[in-house]
Amino acid sequence: MDLSFFASLLDGSLFGSFLGASSFGGIEWSFTLRNVLLGTTLLGVVGGVLGCFTLLRRESLLGDALAHAALPGVCIAYLITGAKSSGPLFLGALVAGVVGALTILVVVRWSKLVTDAAIGIVLSVFFGLGIMLLTYIQKLPLGNQSGLDKYLFGQAATLMPQDVQLMALLGAAVLVLLALFFKELKLLTFDREYAASLGMPVLRLEVLMTLLLVAVVVVGLSTVGAVLMVATLVTPAAAARQWTDRLGWMLVLAALIGGGSGMVGALASASVDRLPTGPVVVLVASALLTLSITLAPRRGLLWSRLRYLRMVRRIRRENLLKDLWNFGERRGDEPGQRVPWTYVMGLRGLTGGRVEATARALEQEGLVRRGERDLRLTTSGIAAAQAMVRKHRLWEVYLTRKLELAEDHVHRDADVMEHALTPAAVAQLEEVLGYPTLDPHGRPIPPARGELVSTAPISGGAA
Amino acid sequence: MSASALVIVAVGSLVAASCALVGSFLVLRKMALLGDAISHAVLPGIVIAFLISGGRSTVSMMIGATALGVLTVFLVELSYRTRRLKEDASIGVVFPALFALGVLLISRYASAVDLDLDCVLYGEIAYAPLDVLTWGDLSLGPRALWLTGFVFLLNLSLVTLFYKELKITTFDTQLAATLGFAPTLVHYLLMSLVSVTVVGSFESVGAILVVAMLVVPPSAAYLLTQRLSTLLFLAVGLGVASALFGYLLARTLDASIAGGMAVMSGLIFLACFCFAPRHGLLARWLRHRRLGRRLAEQLLMLHLPKAGELGWELLDQRFRWAPGRLRAIARRLQERGWVEPGEAGLRLTAEGVRRLEAAGQQPLRHPLGEAPLGDSTAGAGPAPASP
Repeated sequence: MDLSFFASLLDGSLFGSFLGASSFGGIEWSFTLRNVLLGTTLLGVVGGVLGCFTLLRRESLLGDALAHAALPGVCIAYLITGAKSSGPLFLGALVAGVVGALTILVVVRWSKLVTDAAIGIVLSVFFGLGIMLLTYIQKLPLGNQSGLDKYLFGQAATLMPQDVQLMALLGAAVLVLLALFFKELKLLTFDREYAASLGMPVLRLEVLMTLLLVAVVVVGLSTVGAVLMVATLVTPAAAARQWTDRLGWMLVLAALIGGGSGMVGALASASVDRLPTGPVVVLVASALLTLSITLAPRRGLLWSRLRYLRMVRRIRRENLLKDLWNFGERRGDEPGQRVPWTYVMGLRGLTGGRVEATARALEQEGLVRRGERDLRLTTSGIAAAQAMVRKHRLWEVYLTRKLELAEDHVHRDADVMEHALTPAAVAQLEEVLGYPTLDPHGRPIPPARGELVSTAPISGGAA
Repeated sequence: MSASALVIVAVGSLVAASCALVGSFLVLRKMALLGDAISHAVLPGIVIAFLISGGRSTVSMMIGATALGVLTVFLVELSYRTRRLKEDASIGVVFPALFALGVLLISRYASAVDLDLDCVLYGEIAYAPLDVLTWGDLSLGPRALWLTGFVFLLNLSLVTLFYKELKITTFDTQLAATLGFAPTLVHYLLMSLVSVTVVGSFESVGAILVVAMLVVPPSAAYLLTQRLSTLLFLAVGLGVASALFGYLLARTLDASIAGGMAVMSGLIFLACFCFAPRHGLLARWLRHRRLGRRLAEQLLMLHLPKAGELGWELLDQRFRWAPGRLRAIARRLQERGWVEPGEAGLRLTAEGVRRLEAAGQQPLRHPLGEAPLGDSTAGAGPAPASP
């Protein structure tokens, strides 16, 4: 184990260019690039997988605290051993990370503070201690924190084969753990109490997971630095979450997204001048997250927006049908009579364009015929409208009879429910109410549409 | 204390006080880490302001950073509102992305010029006395003192002015909305204030101290009181104490002053965590012990017969307490005059019987040893007597 990165932290003279200014003219397959590429990819994979668990347990920001808490460990290890050999320093970082995680647990368990505040306390105090020790060790004029920017930003360009090996080792450990305890980890993530009641080794598994998390964070410090480490854990997991509701697939996707962003980051920073690796990795992952949130099937914002708009349009069509039918009923004439445009225009507070578009859509479905000055329902339009009125009035009956609401309080609710009731629900409603023929206001409930004319379902254009 | 030391402690105290005022609300709203997020996410704002104005002018950087701070809050809220991400995850994805953007901008466009992260994010408080603000030939004193003083006055006046609004939106958002207090507006006011505080402070003291002062003293104060006004005063007091003693600590070790102040705030928190009068570890432990002892006393009395005594041996067998505990509990009851030693055991006094009966408990009719275990406790009933 030789993480020269941790040794260089303490070395004031090595003023690291955190910008990772590895200026290749185009991508050059070099020793460095191979290491960086492997390192960032592996980190992305391992971080993505472990990040899924922290994300689902709502401890996303734990990584932030652990990353900052490791600094005093490096310094104390140096003070104890007195040598800048990387092994002990790495170990010191690990121990400090674990102590930080434990402190958070203790503060949350034994005080009225919540995780959020506990993380903030550990993060800032441990890091403050780290800075103190670092400056104490460097014995340099005040304010020279040259090792610090490396700690905060990482130095992907200086990744050594040993670092990559360590990451591979970690990845293997995570894989083995998942293979052995997938069921247990899953239950632990979603229902800790239940897992404990089944006699699963909950505490031991949690300790194991925390240890792995600390290890990944500490290794990640050398690549992306303390600040961006949190994104390496959270962002791929959050993106993967959008595509699936199954933990197994989420882990696979997070590994792919994390690994992919790592790879793209390494390649981009190698091929473009003055493009730091860590930030590119994080920005690629963030872009993937934005895409996932908008475009992922089912959960995607775009689709749910479209679903919503489609529903709004369907409701407008159904309302117009009903309004036309009501106009006919109020006149005591046959429901298919001509209704002047001026009547429907002012009815629902919609703009004229919206009403016309709605009528046009209904005409395309063959439910309405539009004229110059008026419009009317076709035969199938009448049937469709009757189905709506039927749902409305049945619901009104249900509310007055079963929920004992006043007659003048039920219209508004029925106006909403008529768009949601399925044929099965309507049938059941009728049965429960004993096939009523009049609504609470004394108006007739139209018979089921099959008895009048057979029509296509009104929701023809809607999903 | 030398003049420069005085300036450093003053700047530190002003930062601590400003942070405590807004940080208290962050902690109470369970948004402590938004301060951390803002302090990192303002980076691109500073860089953009720097690139546009072409210099390190404090005003343009303040504006740029504050804008980014508010943008951070907006983006966190936005991703949280989509209900595709939980609150902690929203914070965790937004601020690293913005920070990454900032680092990218610096390395692409600003690395050649005089803007490196050390001076932007990790300003060193030790330099505070050296950077003096001048007006013509007149020296007006250290610039950091003016800046942090201004931020403190701003926070103090706004928190005082909107105290009622902040209080009600913090504790009951629904009620606040019903009463017409516009929680969202107050929220953004607070967040702008946090942004201004972060930006105004970290140029002179460094980001890490700002995060520490935003979270740690208010959390410590939260363990000491239940009243918002007391909390604010305590948080400011603890923050100032952290600054003062942190400076002394750093001086003693010849180490980073900002680090020392952060560590000191941590030590103060530790002290509160352990010794807070009601919520501290010690207080909890004592309360727990007192309860345990009271329960033991009640149990012991319930096991004594109304007439006659119960032998020590039988009592020992019955309770199986740690050695000495039975005698200690008996001694305490004896001091109160509720039990008295018999020939080879313990018996209730008349006062003890009265106590038990007053608490609605019947003393045992027959000595414990003569009845099977299940029966003997059945007479005692489930509810413990309160002495």
